[in-house]
Amino acid sequence: MNPKVHAVRTGLQRGWTEFKMSIKSPQDQGFYLFIALVTMLYLFVNRDSKVEGTDLYLPTVALPSILGAMVAFALVIGPAYTLAMEREDGTLLRTRAAPFGLIGYVAGQVLNMSLGLIPSFAVLLIPSAFLFGEVMHQGMAGWISVVWLVVLGLLATMPIGIVIGSLAPNVQKVGTWGMMPILVLLGISGIFYPIQDLWAWVQVVAQVFPMYWLGLGMRSAFLPDAAAAVEIGGSWRTLETVLILSAWAIFGLSIAPVVLRRMARRQSGSQVAAARDEAAQWVR
Amino acid sequence: MPETETVIQVEGLRMRYGSVDVLDEVGFTVRRGEVVTLLGPNGAGKTTTIEVLEGFRVRSAGDVSVLGVDPIDAPEEWRAHVGIVLQSWRDHARWTPRGLLTHLGRYYEPYSEPDRPRPRDVEQLIALVGLEKQADQKIRTLSGGERRRLDAAVGIVGRPELLFLDEPTAGFDPEARRDFHGLVRRLVDLEDTTILLTTHDLDEAERLADRILILASGRIVADGSVDELARSVSREAEVRWRQDGESHAERTTDPTGFVRDLFARFGDEVRDLDMRRATLEDTYLAMVHRHESGVGGDGDEAFEEVDR
Repeated sequence: MNPKVHAVRTGLQRGWTEFKMSIKSPQDQGFYLFIALVTMLYLFVNRDSKVEGTDLYLPTVALPSILGAMVAFALVIGPAYTLAMEREDGTLLRTRAAPFGLIGYVAGQVLNMSLGLIPSFAVLLIPSAFLFGEVMHQGMAGWISVVWLVVLGLLATMPIGIVIGSLAPNVQKVGTWGMMPILVLLGISGIFYPIQDLWAWVQVVAQVFPMYWLGLGMRSAFLPDAAAAVEIGGSWRTLETVLILSAWAIFGLSIAPVVLRRMARRQSGSQVAAARDEAAQWVR
Repeated sequence: MPETETVIQVEGLRMRYGSVDVLDEVGFTVRRGEVVTLLGPNGAGKTTTIEVLEGFRVRSAGDVSVLGVDPIDAPEEWRAHVGIVLQSWRDHARWTPRGLLTHLGRYYEPYSEPDRPRPRDVEQLIALVGLEKQADQKIRTLSGGERRRLDAAVGIVGRPELLFLDEPTAGFDPEARRDFHGLVRRLVDLEDTTILLTTHDLDEAERLADRILILASGRIVADGSVDELARSVSREAEVRWRQDGESHAERTTDPTGFVRDLFARFGDEVRDLDMRRATLEDTYLAMVHRHESGVGGDGDEAFEEVDR
């Protein structure tokens, strides 16, 4: 058997194992519970406010946007933190010591992070359906749109996370180089208030990045067609969504492997030891 | 394969950070089935050397060949033949030893050979490192010593021809250390594994090594068996005995002859006889000191007796 294919398969088994461990872990269950509670609280408080220009209520419109934001957030910040952390604690080095271990490691991460979206979606969609009624206004076609959008979103955002995680000098710096810019981008991407209310140049910036398009795409998948009236240009701009997300995917997939390999090549036992000493030293 | 097959060949290895040479013209060879220990004070470049050989560090200059290839651009297949015992910290906290060994072992499946089945059977491996009781515990809950034994198991799961051990028993209690030494000897005796290890523990070096390399200030200052090294530093031994209730001590280059003579002259009067040659510790400290203080020329001359 081709050893590369074998390593990918081994890595996928790893990803599946890690996903199972994650759902069983109280730490990760707590995380899912937390995002569910915060989101439901926000939606519930605003359950009676109408969205201007439509006859829809805020939870209906905000929920798809939040799902889009979550894909972007989870798939950039998730791999970034995991990579920076597992580089420090020696996980990466261990897998790299095995033949084609790095390939396996990446395959495992991709699967694990992708599967992680399932519980994230479930904890938002299920309680929403109970609290606010029907969330999907497009029937089966809508769910199919959600699937291709998530796949495209995965390809567009995960490489960015891998690049941030590879370039960040340590775990704390992922906050500065990863978390902050992503939160700012999410803030201007029309998820919590309409993008048209922002300055023109901010709108331009927001439309360069995949976060806005993931939110828009999710709204187009969930909401009735009439709701497109409140979007920029009065349209779901599906073609643009596909093009921009694909562009990010191509860009990310072409640079992430290079950056990752460069970072992995510099890994060594003494680096892990240095990181351990650094972590033990709180006051610097 | 021939007995004298060279597994590691290092020539003129140099490692420079800025203007500081951490390694300066390091050269040595390791033959198949040998256990070679790299000794040296902190900062002498032991870990750097081993990381260059593992392919985890780019050298500044020199020729390095490990199992016939340059580790820095070795193909991934090469990793199947090389085992590395890493000092783990908190990785794979949610995994169990059995789960992790099974998973990592899978990477070696395509490289199995009739006389070297890969990976190693996980149950046997767990027994080999004595982790039967902890096999299904979360790795997070293992003690320091148990973790290090798991590290050793991960290092040999692919049944490597060559094994790198960087301070393998740091943090072990004496019993765990003795067990680990037994494991290393078994790997050598049963599977013809070549081993390069670094350690601070001179007793460990003496127990395990066929050959010792002493690295000081980035240079190899000695290369030989424990006996050869001891002889190169001092040919004298100290003989102590008691006679008529009094302690005596005498330094001599011919302890056997001296003692024979002693008994011939005094017979039963000689009591509590003790003969002490220079220990590895004496040798090591003398060599490192001699080199670091620059006594004895550039270091190499002082040890020309060492059999290279």
